Amino acid sequence: MDQVLNQENALLLTTVRKFLEEEILPYEDEVDKTGEVNPELGKQIEKRAKEIGLFAANLPTEVGGGGLDYRSMMVLEREYGKTSHALHSWIARPTEILLACDEEQRQEFLYPCVRGEKRELFALTEPGAGSDVMGMKSNAVKDGDDWVLNGSKHFISGPCMPDFAIVFAVTGEDKTKRGIRKRITAFLVNRGEKGFDIKEGTKCVSYRGYKTFALNFDDVRLSKRTVLGKEGEGLKLSGKWLGMGRIWVGASCCGKAERMISLASEWAADRKQFGQPIGKFQGIGFRLADMAVGLRAADLMVNDAVDKAENKIMKDEDAAMVKLFCSEMVNKVADDTVQIFGGMGLMEEMPIQRLWRDSRLERIWDGTSEIQRHIIARSILRPLGA
Amino acid sequence: MKILVPVKRVIDYNVKVRVKSDGSGVDLANIKMSMNPFDEIALEEAIRIKEAGKADEIIAVSIGASQSQETLRTALAMGADRAILVVATDDVNQDIEPLDVAKILHAIVVEERTDLILCGKQAIDNDMNATAQMLSALMGCSQATFASKIELAGEKIKVTREVDGGLQVVEVTLPSVISVDLRLNEPRYASLPNIMKAKRKPLEQKEPKDFNVLVKNRLEIIETNEPAERMAGIKVSSVDELVEKLKNDAGVI
Repeated sequence: MDQVLNQENALLLTTVRKFLEEEILPYEDEVDKTGEVNPELGKQIEKRAKEIGLFAANLPTEVGGGGLDYRSMMVLEREYGKTSHALHSWIARPTEILLACDEEQRQEFLYPCVRGEKRELFALTEPGAGSDVMGMKSNAVKDGDDWVLNGSKHFISGPCMPDFAIVFAVTGEDKTKRGIRKRITAFLVNRGEKGFDIKEGTKCVSYRGYKTFALNFDDVRLSKRTVLGKEGEGLKLSGKWLGMGRIWVGASCCGKAERMISLASEWAADRKQFGQPIGKFQGIGFRLADMAVGLRAADLMVNDAVDKAENKIMKDEDAAMVKLFCSEMVNKVADDTVQIFGGMGLMEEMPIQRLWRDSRLERIWDGTSEIQRHIIARSILRPLGA
Repeated sequence: MKILVPVKRVIDYNVKVRVKSDGSGVDLANIKMSMNPFDEIALEEAIRIKEAGKADEIIAVSIGASQSQETLRTALAMGADRAILVVATDDVNQDIEPLDVAKILHAIVVEERTDLILCGKQAIDNDMNATAQMLSALMGCSQATFASKIELAGEKIKVTREVDGGLQVVEVTLPSVISVDLRLNEPRYASLPNIMKAKRKPLEQKEPKDFNVLVKNRLEIIETNEPAERMAGIKVSSVDELVEKLKNDAGVI
């Protein structure tokens, strides 16, 4: 990484790189070919991550986490981005939304996640509500002191079968100046609740072995103490943390691009055609130059957003710009890398085709490129009254 | 018991080294630097000895430009208790020669009353392999070099040495200087909590004159060359051709 890091972060970088080298990279091919992470391997990664302090490094020390600030998390997420979600997500970074738990909920949900005893799922997306969150149909109706939850979620991703899900559901409507607005609430729902069905969803060609789940709720009765945060403030809660999620997508795209650029450069310096390394042909050399510039720009955007987040001035459009630019950049780099490798780039025994497939998802999850552009355009036009 | 571990900041072993165009040395501008791998092994051994309850304190020391502080921070994050930085030059390209390093280390050993000095057998930048031996001579104490196994028993230490053609076992009495070889152990990497703790560990800064040592290079580098490029091989079509080539072209049989 061509960045100025302080001494702690430089040490952190060395540690995380060695961790990936020893605990993750040797298993990439096997996981991609079989489409499965052997649970024993997952547990082993979890155990080693705990020993070295990488587990739950994102959460504050007060709740038992590693207490890393945004800059340090950026260093970690950028390195994790070089490999597969199927593997590195075993080094859990429990969602910060769980910090909204009250003390009783912390005992049941947050602390076990920090200790690695429980896994959560973040269940927002629905078959009919992807980018259009307000199209959400899952709903919870008050019945006495309880809530009764109905609906379904899909494309809910995680490394393994979770212990509970953070489920977003409509709990009413508000009349606002811009019309009727759904009230959305977050619930903590344990697997095993009567009427809560969860099964593995369809397989994805990006990050093979990273699971997607389909959740179904049929008259699931929830006590009032399963409400996370305040009733009707679910989106406010998720919005508070979704922004950082998008920065981490950006950072991981930078990591992945760095890995591909390094592979492509070595190949361009080694592979000879017409009596010289192919990198010496401008068609390849200039392409490498553009890839490097794209990565540099993306890294600077991630750093800028981290600066803003640390100073608590990061806005939705800042996160959207990072997510948009970095994910588009990594796809350009992936495509160029395949082109530089030629036929070899698409061969199964080379990692290029895997990185190319994995990159593609980055333009889609955590808000598609289109939604990011929508957020950016809105931020430009709204102050002008449009 | 206190253990002293000298650590040197050297060009990272993964970096492809390039010779400066004027031949005065290796190009270090914007190059990744790390702790000398043999010193890392020495430090790991010291940490293991301490973890086994056979040492009370590990002091890491680095002698060179002020940038060596980074190497010491790594040592603290790995598990050294405190660090001493001896700023002996303001030029990162200047290598402090083994005799001066040994003299400074000797003064530190006297001041700190350390019984065991664990060092890498050599630094991977200039491959001198001399500091441990010189230090032992200055101290007038025992030495054991190229250790692949170190067993402590009271005042005695049994050291297995990697020598040409096999292993040699020697026994030394404390105080002693032991230089370590590659196969002694596999160094750990710093855990997150230890990286955080390292920030608060003491790092003392000194100069050679604090130890009454005048750093003065005695060697002059006349020339530095890249290793000769390996020529591509050729394929032969038969054993006869191979024998013919070995006889007439290579002249080896």
